[in-house]
Amino acid sequence: MKYEAVIGLEVHAQMLTDTKIFCGCSTKFGSEPNTQTCPVCIGMPGVLPVLNKKTLEFTIKTGLAMNCNIPSYSRFARKNYFYPDLPKGYQISQYELPICEYGYVEIVKDVDTIYVLNDGETKKIGITRIHMEEDAGKNIHESASSARGGGSGGGNYSFVDLNRAGVPLMEIVSEPDIRSPDEAVEYMKKLRTILRYLGVCDGNMEQGSLRCDANVSVKPAGQKEFGVKTEVKNLNSFKFVGKALDYEIRRQIKVLEDGGKVVQETRLWDSERGITESMRIKEEAHDYRYFPEPDLVPIVVDQRWLDEIRASLPELPDIKRKRFVSEYGLPEHDADLLTSEKSTAEFFEEAVKQGAHPKNTSNWIMTGVFNYLKEHDKKEISETLLKPIHLVNLSKLVETAEVSGTMAKTTILYEIFDTGKMPEEIVKEKGLVQISDTGEIEKAVDDVIAKHPKEFERFRAGEEKLIGFFVGQVMKMTRGKANPQMVNELLKKKLS
Amino acid sequence: MELYRQTISELRDLLDRKEVSVKDIVSSIYQRIDAVEEKVKAFVTITEDKALKMAEDAQKKLDSTEKQSSKSLLGIPISIKDNMCTKGIRTTCSSKILYNFIPPYESTVTSRLIEQGYVLIGKTNLDEFAMGSSTENSGFHVTRNPWDLERAPGGSSGGSAAAVASDECIAALGSDTGGSIRQPASLCGVVGLKPTYGRVSRYGLVAFASSLDQIGPITKNVRDAAILMNIISGHDPFDSTSAPLPVPDFTAVIGSDIKGIRIGIPREYFIEGMDKEIDTSIKDAIRKLESLGAIPVEVSLPHTGYAVATYYVLATSEASSNLARYDGVKYGLRAEGKDLIDTYMNSRAQGFGAEVKRRIMLGTYALSSGYYEAYYRKAQQVRTLIKKDFEDVFKVVDVIVTPTSPTSAFNIGEKTADPLQMYLSDIFTISVNLAGVPGISIPCGFTSNNLPIGLQLIGKHFDEESILKLASAYEQATDWHRRRPLL
Repeated sequence: MKYEAVIGLEVHAQMLTDTKIFCGCSTKFGSEPNTQTCPVCIGMPGVLPVLNKKTLEFTIKTGLAMNCNIPSYSRFARKNYFYPDLPKGYQISQYELPICEYGYVEIVKDVDTIYVLNDGETKKIGITRIHMEEDAGKNIHESASSARGGGSGGGNYSFVDLNRAGVPLMEIVSEPDIRSPDEAVEYMKKLRTILRYLGVCDGNMEQGSLRCDANVSVKPAGQKEFGVKTEVKNLNSFKFVGKALDYEIRRQIKVLEDGGKVVQETRLWDSERGITESMRIKEEAHDYRYFPEPDLVPIVVDQRWLDEIRASLPELPDIKRKRFVSEYGLPEHDADLLTSEKSTAEFFEEAVKQGAHPKNTSNWIMTGVFNYLKEHDKKEISETLLKPIHLVNLSKLVETAEVSGTMAKTTILYEIFDTGKMPEEIVKEKGLVQISDTGEIEKAVDDVIAKHPKEFERFRAGEEKLIGFFVGQVMKMTRGKANPQMVNELLKKKLS
Repeated sequence: MELYRQTISELRDLLDRKEVSVKDIVSSIYQRIDAVEEKVKAFVTITEDKALKMAEDAQKKLDSTEKQSSKSLLGIPISIKDNMCTKGIRTTCSSKILYNFIPPYESTVTSRLIEQGYVLIGKTNLDEFAMGSSTENSGFHVTRNPWDLERAPGGSSGGSAAAVASDECIAALGSDTGGSIRQPASLCGVVGLKPTYGRVSRYGLVAFASSLDQIGPITKNVRDAAILMNIISGHDPFDSTSAPLPVPDFTAVIGSDIKGIRIGIPREYFIEGMDKEIDTSIKDAIRKLESLGAIPVEVSLPHTGYAVATYYVLATSEASSNLARYDGVKYGLRAEGKDLIDTYMNSRAQGFGAEVKRRIMLGTYALSSGYYEAYYRKAQQVRTLIKKDFEDVFKVVDVIVTPTSPTSAFNIGEKTADPLQMYLSDIFTISVNLAGVPGISIPCGFTSNNLPIGLQLIGKHFDEESILKLASAYEQATDWHRRRPLL
């Protein structure tokens, strides 16, 4: 039987604020345990939360960028459960009245799993809600032997680090609109791009600033009602999102094919073994006893403030992509890649504005620059010595045929990364100027023909593909500096 | 002169005229405590060393400046209910689970008292986590009513009320969630004011029911209540539920004319079976107010009958969540078990008393999935109706007048076996918290066996001035507040 998967994602994004959501403590990552805490985030008796307005602004920004409705009235709620890293015994979150509702993001639609073949066709993934909440702390488990102060009785100890307790999070909940692991990854990437464009989250999945849980079910293809879902947790990279979902979908199908029933449960992705494992079944599920948080007044979003936030939004990736196609005549694929990071798009545009050739610049970024970043384990162009002006000047050299395109995207570009020198300087130093002098090229052509009489005869006898051999020989003789087009023309003339 | 018998304003005069020193006053208070505390047991912690240091500082400030207008409590001995955090001084909520808790921060109200130069006498006893109406639920000891040591002082601010009534301090702060300031003030014959919800910062008040809790003064007369209100009121950036409203000078209304003030007498508060002596005293008090120029109007608060039930759903729901932090992990009592869950259970089983456990269970039940709609949400809806009752009545009258408590002080142990009877002792005070309006209890008579009776005056939101004005007019026309228990 054929099956269809139904996937919804719950994404937690850590907000890039300097201070925590309900107190003034720093959110800096990686400090000594419990050094970024105060009575409020430790949950001392008698303390009260006070909302950090920046977190509200960031969440509203995100909601607007994801086409959400921002209700004028919203509330915090308490989610009650016991855990040592949760100092108050409840997490302040939102439940009945979230700050953003009913939005969507567009992703490239997955048909037949090879989405690039379907370049350009998009699909809307509904956003059910986006809400604000506080993060919990961290339990650090250590055995008695390694525990400071030792341990008696052979029991194990855990330490609690509350530096992260109270760090602001956004939870972005999607509709069950996703139909394949690839779409799930596309959706995650799109969220990450938008969050980074807005500067509200750094999108770092490895460090946990972007986390993902997935609700997955399968159903016979064409059937309307959804199957029983499982929740898969611990998906901390794009790769694992894809792999874990693929595993879970296949597991569920196998269960059904074997005549069994999928059990509603929470499952944990084990990336080492590449499987999902049952964590708790529905009967063991927590009853969080949500109720409105009485220590915080309801949030009333003033229309003027909302308008101000809307006006402050940057150009978003979808719009920028479309503009790059129409304004610079780039193919969809180029525009998509260039706009996936705001800094890349801005670099491109800066170069083009100063006179660089759009398509050449796009090629250099997508191949030369991206390869270099990958090879050198860097994330952004700003981490290299390359500046937009380099590509402007490089563009001029190619357009005036002073250097060949090949020369530009290999030797020269790499030299810029290493030294930061201007292209024309590099050309001069390395003697890379293209030979466009007819006399000089003609001499080289004559020499090559004289050296290869046999090939010359075969060519004259009709073996036309040998033209490539001759071009190669001429380029070799001129150490790549001859203008390839002129070589071609001259050869054709001589050989015929 | 017995300095411990004085009021804030009387001592202020004596100090400013340099007739007495701060040390004289503080010594007098501790001598009084030495004499009577063994009988009353109002305190959980007596802070004599700290008080002497604060007294010294206060005296220095007093000597170094002429004008003290901005330091109205300089050298005045005050005690604080032990559910308000005092930096470096044990704050227990009268619970074993916090028997060793020393706060690293100061509550907003006590910070404001410190700014005014007060002297902290001690931390007073309460029903554990302010859950109770007799102070018998303290995890440490029972406080006795200074008027009859066999009787309860009321609660939960029973320690503060008993300390003021027995002259073990000049004034005190209490907290009121369903009557916890007004009911013990009534049973101990002193003045107790619960401000409008949002008038006083709750930062540093250990939460029982966050949407109902409010800190207020317990004093020997109405003027002192106004003096303390001037200091503790006003917006606090650390409490988002505190109102960003200007604070009037509450002492300005003391002694002013009450002619033409319309007082509402709600028929639901004068029911069959109410204690005859109390009924008579309240009716006498209303006649007294009328003779002073107030105009009585019969009114109705139709949802009064639902108040106690509504309160015990909402307050316990919030409490079940507020008390989750006492898990033995970070501070307070930890009773180790074989694993984490066991440690949680042991710590909470040993740390909490029976009433606290009962309320945590009630609240947990009311919030549970499947019951939330029937209990918590329904109670919220009824709360809205109760609030509306008050809004409607306040369109017609300026102040509502009722008894504070249906009975005078009851015997220790009399109601502990029957929680429902205990809950009903707050029947006249609970609606005020649900509506969020201010209420004050003032002495208005005595029973035949010499137990105080309290009159409750209820005002509009953020109109503490009207109830203070009425209370002071009544006080000046009567002598009830001058009577002191013989100890």
